[in-house]
Amino acid sequence: MEFPLTQLDRAPASDVTTPGRGRTLDRVFGGASYGAGLLVLGVLALILLSTTWEALPAFQHSGFDFIFGQRWAPNNPDLPLFGTLTFLYGTAVSSLLALLIAVPVSIGIALFLTELAPRWLRVPAVTVIDLLAAVPSVVFGLVGILVIAPAALPLYQWIHDLVVNVPVLGSVFGPAVNGNTFATAGVILAVMVIPIITSISREVFDTVPVADKQAAYALGATRWEMIKGAVFPHSFAGLVGAAMLGLGRAMGETIAVTLVIGGSTQIAANLFASGNSMAAVIAQQWGEASGLHTSALIGIGVVLFAMTVLVNYSARVIVRRAEIRMKGATA
Amino acid sequence: MTVNVRGKVLPLLAASALALGVAACGGGDSADDAGNTGTSDLSGELTASGASFPDAYYQVAIEAYAEVAPEVVINYNSTGSGTGKKEFGEGLTDFAGTDSLVGDDDPVEPGSFLYVPTVAAPITVSYNLPGVEGLQLGQETLAQIFQGDIETWNDPAIAEANPDAELPDTPITIAHRSDGSGTTTNFTKFLDEATESWELGSGDVVEWPSDSQGGEKNTGVASIIQQTEGAIGYVDLADATGSELVFAAVENADGEFVMPSIAGTTAGLEGAEVAEDLSYNPLNAAGADAYPITAPTYILVRTSYEDPQTAELVKAFLTWLLTDGQALAEDEFFAPLPDSLAEQALAQLDKIQS
Repeated sequence: MEFPLTQLDRAPASDVTTPGRGRTLDRVFGGASYGAGLLVLGVLALILLSTTWEALPAFQHSGFDFIFGQRWAPNNPDLPLFGTLTFLYGTAVSSLLALLIAVPVSIGIALFLTELAPRWLRVPAVTVIDLLAAVPSVVFGLVGILVIAPAALPLYQWIHDLVVNVPVLGSVFGPAVNGNTFATAGVILAVMVIPIITSISREVFDTVPVADKQAAYALGATRWEMIKGAVFPHSFAGLVGAAMLGLGRAMGETIAVTLVIGGSTQIAANLFASGNSMAAVIAQQWGEASGLHTSALIGIGVVLFAMTVLVNYSARVIVRRAEIRMKGATA
Repeated sequence: MTVNVRGKVLPLLAASALALGVAACGGGDSADDAGNTGTSDLSGELTASGASFPDAYYQVAIEAYAEVAPEVVINYNSTGSGTGKKEFGEGLTDFAGTDSLVGDDDPVEPGSFLYVPTVAAPITVSYNLPGVEGLQLGQETLAQIFQGDIETWNDPAIAEANPDAELPDTPITIAHRSDGSGTTTNFTKFLDEATESWELGSGDVVEWPSDSQGGEKNTGVASIIQQTEGAIGYVDLADATGSELVFAAVENADGEFVMPSIAGTTAGLEGAEVAEDLSYNPLNAAGADAYPITAPTYILVRTSYEDPQTAELVKAFLTWLLTDGQALAEDEFFAPLPDSLAEQALAQLDKIQS
């Protein structure tokens, strides 16, 4: 392959390429990253397999009651009962509540940082929010049980008195005896997931093309109309992803929830009642468990794992659909 | 606490490795040291894990033992009795602390271990009811309260035993341990054995009434009681005193209402029947002064250790714990063993083969 090279065709002298060995290195690199990718899958599969294996005795013992049963009585002498529905409920309620609080707040913060905040404020504000993500969760739990729970009790009672005669609200905001409740757990979890949702939302908003925004302004849009018309449609998929990451974090959070959720085994519509979450139960009872009880606790872990995977998968489906719609719109 | 101790271990490891050879020769002929088995000559390391209930006492004792035998490093990791027994069964630890006896479920081979009782402690029934002090609770009443049959404080069953108290109609909030706990085992075992009303059985995790609240460890239960008007729960004496909780006098086997105290606990231990393997049940023991809800705690040791050095160390430490170490118990709100039981425990140590 002899071609006379012009000046332009000649590769500029640099050490980016290594003549002759490029191919081999390429293959090595390709293999290494392939391996890294497969390793993740392998580890995940191993976790799933080994935990399911360990949990099998409990699954066989309880059958469908493991998920749909409401009684958790490992000490029952004749027939130990392992029904985890109450813990499933606690996990779902506390993390959904957290999402309900955290998503609007996080999107607000992210919009403020990308669209409204003066330039000098952005960097310090972002640093502070990222710092929030670095606070260990046990600290959140301690703040929750020592500060928020006692302080929230009068608030809960006030809200309850306010709506006591309203049909549905009266039972959702029912009576509270102390601050260890689903609601407190939700609030603490919200504070914990806000940094995650905020920082992803911020990055998503940053990707909105300036041209889109300028176009909206050119059509006479106000700032809010511009955000509604140009920023949100472009970032919907990313925001769903951010919220789902937050949800995953909230569902798996253990120690902070353990400290503030109250440790009751019940399904109550009352947000001001106590409950328990899956992760919390595992952490609480692991130390003294043995035999079938241990296996049931691992089983809770398997169910939680499956739930997280399901949530993430459905998030991905939502995101993909939204992306297709977006691409249709831009094409 | 464990981290602190670990920090000391590494540098000491090197030293103890050097000293090993010397100590192995000198271990036997050190008994001429006044009273004790010449602990100052010993060196080496012991790892142990288990019950968190006596942890406060064990840590203080281990610290004090370091002055007696400066070359011996002991790590006690408070993992809970279940994990303690498991790690002991797997041979990871040299001895284990446990509040409960070894059951069929536990991976510890029968016959391979001995129980050594160490201390005991009363479990208080603490409550939060402003204006009501010195509450007296009968055994049946206690059972009915904790399984949710009695729902308000002005219930006739409570009022009957407390004619002078002005009981409000505050609903009762039950506070229990959310973590698996030997304290729960002993408390529910007491209700199970002493009363007819109790239907929830006993164990380290019990199916409490659904609207009751769970707290992490004794401190968690104590904080629920502190923060909740109308709450009642079971907390060990150390944490109940530390959190300044108000506790109730509980009816004992002789029908007397007794406040939890160290003296009442030791009285209960004296009245307890001790089995041949030295497991004993101090719950609801006879005696007018005996406090009925007392939790015993044991250390599990092997009947034979592969390494004679380890056997020597275990024996020396436990001998000290059952003699001089007993004096430290009271400051940590644990009751020392009565002399008769301490002697039996010391005799138990002779069965360790090395």
